[in-house]
Amino acid sequence: MELLFGNQKTVEADIPVSNGGQLTVAEAMAWARDNLLTERPELFMKGSSVRPGVLVLVNDTDWELCGELEAEVAEGDRVTFISTLHGG
Amino acid sequence: MVRLCGHCCAQRAVLRRPKTAEQLCRECFYAALEEEVHQTIVGARLFRPGERVAVAASGGKDSTVLAHMLTTLNARYNYGLDLFLLSIDEGISGYRDDSLETVKRNEETYKIPLHVFSYKDLYGWTMDEIVREIGTRSNCTFCGVFRRQALDRGAALVKADKIATGHNADDVAETVLLNIIRGDVPRLGRCANIVTGEDSPLPRVKPFKYTYEKEIVMYAYFKKLDYFSTECIYAPYAARGFAREFVKDLEAARPRAIVDLIRSAEQFRVPGLDGVGNAAAAAALPQPGNCERCGYISSQAGSACLWEIIPS
Repeated sequence: MELLFGNQKTVEADIPVSNGGQLTVAEAMAWARDNLLTERPELFMKGSSVRPGVLVLVNDTDWELCGELEAEVAEGDRVTFISTLHGG
Repeated sequence: MVRLCGHCCAQRAVLRRPKTAEQLCRECFYAALEEEVHQTIVGARLFRPGERVAVAASGGKDSTVLAHMLTTLNARYNYGLDLFLLSIDEGISGYRDDSLETVKRNEETYKIPLHVFSYKDLYGWTMDEIVREIGTRSNCTFCGVFRRQALDRGAALVKADKIATGHNADDVAETVLLNIIRGDVPRLGRCANIVTGEDSPLPRVKPFKYTYEKEIVMYAYFKKLDYFSTECIYAPYAARGFAREFVKDLEAARPRAIVDLIRSAEQFRVPGLDGVGNAAAAAALPQPGNCERCGYISSQAGSACLWEIIPS
């Protein structure tokens, strides 16, 4: 995964919030794709979500427990993407 | 929004298990997964006390979690196994050399010995040299055949009784689909077996056959296990990638799909195999035999293994 993001493991990002509302994981993800991703976006996202096989955690909790794309994130929260699509 | 663990009801839930939809905290997740693998091992009688078991170790997530899990369970339940790590150095620079460093650290962490065998020593060729010779087509096919053999030879040299591999439920489901797509009937009949080569001197076992990749990765992530996560530089050329993506799409739509695929494949009865059908059906199937050139087992009688294709 870090290969897609210029070899960086963690990135502190200041994501602009549009329409004054709460930022969601979906928006954070799209922002990361447009602003941080350096190559092969198809290995990160498929449509408006992550590519199946990429695990997402919000503050170290499975995003399936937080509302997935609709999960809300705020300043200081950590969103983790882990690819499972490599060999074992 | 904090959800509590559905098992202990005390800690915060950190993941939803794909197979059961249970929401568990870290400790209950570790316990559940370890217990499940233990039950798989005991239920299928994968090991016997005193056996010398080679853990096929690539440094990747599956084999790292396997080494961790087997050493843990061996101590917890007194399996009485003599475990060690067995790695194959394919000679792929920028990939295997780095992952072998991870395996060397695993040797320290899990306090079990490591044995490394290289393609160069066993065959006289590194994978990089082979690719230079044949180009980027069918690399994974070659490499897979070579690695399989290399593991067997390596394990025999260090007197192993068995090889344990980190194949997980997603891998098995992928293989089932690939064999359907290819119409490979004999393989379809055995690809979902938890033990292969039962009659051979070196059976292979898959303790993670029912373990979802998601849970293996989460386990490694939460336990901060040291694993190597770079894709092999030649892998983008592999056909398996398509089956892999399809399995992930199925999982996204319905998480149970993976284990259901495996369970269905276990029910397949191939005429001519498994004592089903008649002699004519058996004769119609390709029979495994030995390579005409190197003598090593090949999937069809009288055919050559891949040595034929490599210019000598």
